[in-house]
Amino acid sequence: MLNVTHIRSDFPIFSDKPNLVYLDSTATSLKPRVVIEKLREYYEKYSANVFRGIYGISEKATEEYEETRQIVADFINAKSPDEVIFTRNTTESLNLLAYSLGQQIIEKNDEVVTTIEEHHSNFVPWQQLAAENGAVFKIIDITTDGNLNLGKNSSLEGIVTKKTKILTLTYISNVLGNINPIKEIARQAKKINPKIVVIVDAAQAVPHIKVDVQDLGCDFIAFSAHKMLGPTGLGVLWGRYDLLESMLPFNFGGEMIESVEADKTLFKSPPYKFEAGTPHIAGVIALKESIHYLEKLGWENVEAHEKELTNYALRKMAYELGKKVKVLGPSYPNHKGIIAFTFEPYHPHDIAQIFSDENICIRAGHHCAMPVHTRLGVNASCRMSFYIYNDKTDIDKAILALKQVEKVLG
Amino acid sequence: MSIYQDKILDHYRNPRNFGRIKNADKTAEVFNHVCGDRIDMDIVIKEGGVEEIRFEAKGCAISRASASLLTEYAKHKKIDELKKLDKAFIINLLEIDLGPNRIKCALLPLEALKKLIINGQ
Repeated sequence: MLNVTHIRSDFPIFSDKPNLVYLDSTATSLKPRVVIEKLREYYEKYSANVFRGIYGISEKATEEYEETRQIVADFINAKSPDEVIFTRNTTESLNLLAYSLGQQIIEKNDEVVTTIEEHHSNFVPWQQLAAENGAVFKIIDITTDGNLNLGKNSSLEGIVTKKTKILTLTYISNVLGNINPIKEIARQAKKINPKIVVIVDAAQAVPHIKVDVQDLGCDFIAFSAHKMLGPTGLGVLWGRYDLLESMLPFNFGGEMIESVEADKTLFKSPPYKFEAGTPHIAGVIALKESIHYLEKLGWENVEAHEKELTNYALRKMAYELGKKVKVLGPSYPNHKGIIAFTFEPYHPHDIAQIFSDENICIRAGHHCAMPVHTRLGVNASCRMSFYIYNDKTDIDKAILALKQVEKVLG
Repeated sequence: MSIYQDKILDHYRNPRNFGRIKNADKTAEVFNHVCGDRIDMDIVIKEGGVEEIRFEAKGCAISRASASLLTEYAKHKKIDELKKLDKAFIINLLEIDLGPNRIKCALLPLEALKKLIINGQ
């Protein structure tokens, strides 16, 4: 297990709220001091715009900004920093793809394939794209045990066809907590249609497991800084360079042009083609600190810690509350630190409210994933999720709060 | 202060006017899609007043308690008077402080009532 006492001392929010039990890192993670200080450093010491100034502090800001691009590239094992694009968040990264790539390649009767367990941000853009272009929008279902139903021997046979131009799916579901075998899925999909573009929503994966884009064999991944100890308002899109080159710009404006004349404009090469306007400079500069922080802890340690907490929580909930609590998603072992559950007859809002009265933050609702809730026949659920600053006492407190729900509303 | 005060819990556990009216003058259904709350409300109007009002709710304690308290208040009141009810009235009726997210649960029954009494009824 990680040394949680030591880790908590790195997070200023715990000095301000020593009794905080934060079990909603799937929504957004807390921020360590090093990240907050790096944001401050930019604003206090070199808060100039990037790329434009021929003066010291602008050059410093540009250096810091581009250094993060290299660090992100190394972090996900991209071939080149030119494959790393900074966006506002995962949602924007995926919308960029639906527009800049999707609108260009999807034609009538083509297929766009996604899954039932997607966050709305990796569902709605593709649903709309398919509808606008007369394409077929296909949805991979889940099995009764809560994993993706990938067909016979996970072959994707009958799901992905030669007509499928885009397959887009999540690495880890933000509701079910299951890890999808992306490498195998990408391999199978490309076997059926070598030209298929495989897109991975890695928002819940990058903060929790080692992600190697070359090893995965996919074409794009999208993730957000704020779920991995970094600033809000910053996302990343990684893509294969040849594909990025062939895509249309997303936004037009400053920074993304080579030259502008009255009748035509030449665009820069990726990644700048996709970074119009002044970016979240401070956020990008601070993101490298969150990556350093995670790498210093070590992926093996982070994964082992979350696994231990998840197993402890699942075991303890089953023992203390029995069948009254129903956990959504697969059972051990394919379950990352995300536990969505129902506790009938109590409504998730009431449960989260009573948790809040006990200083415990959990999520209640459909977690921006209505299709999977509908599929499972539940309107809403509660969700607790774990990260590096949680320990078993947090889970014990959550279980006591569940008993408190029975006491108050029972 | 917890929002689960005795008054709220009483109306949550023993909702007044719970159920449907067979020959209602008008029926309304309202949803809060964010959390899956649903309220069905039926009304019988006589001489410009509420003769009978009942509801069925699927949702949280707050929306159910609010529907119970509101229907209890509305029964035998004049329609014109009920048209004036607003958010402040509901907060006062529930006697609890709700944040911006939970207030939606509390206001759902009022939305149903408004559907029943506005548009010439």
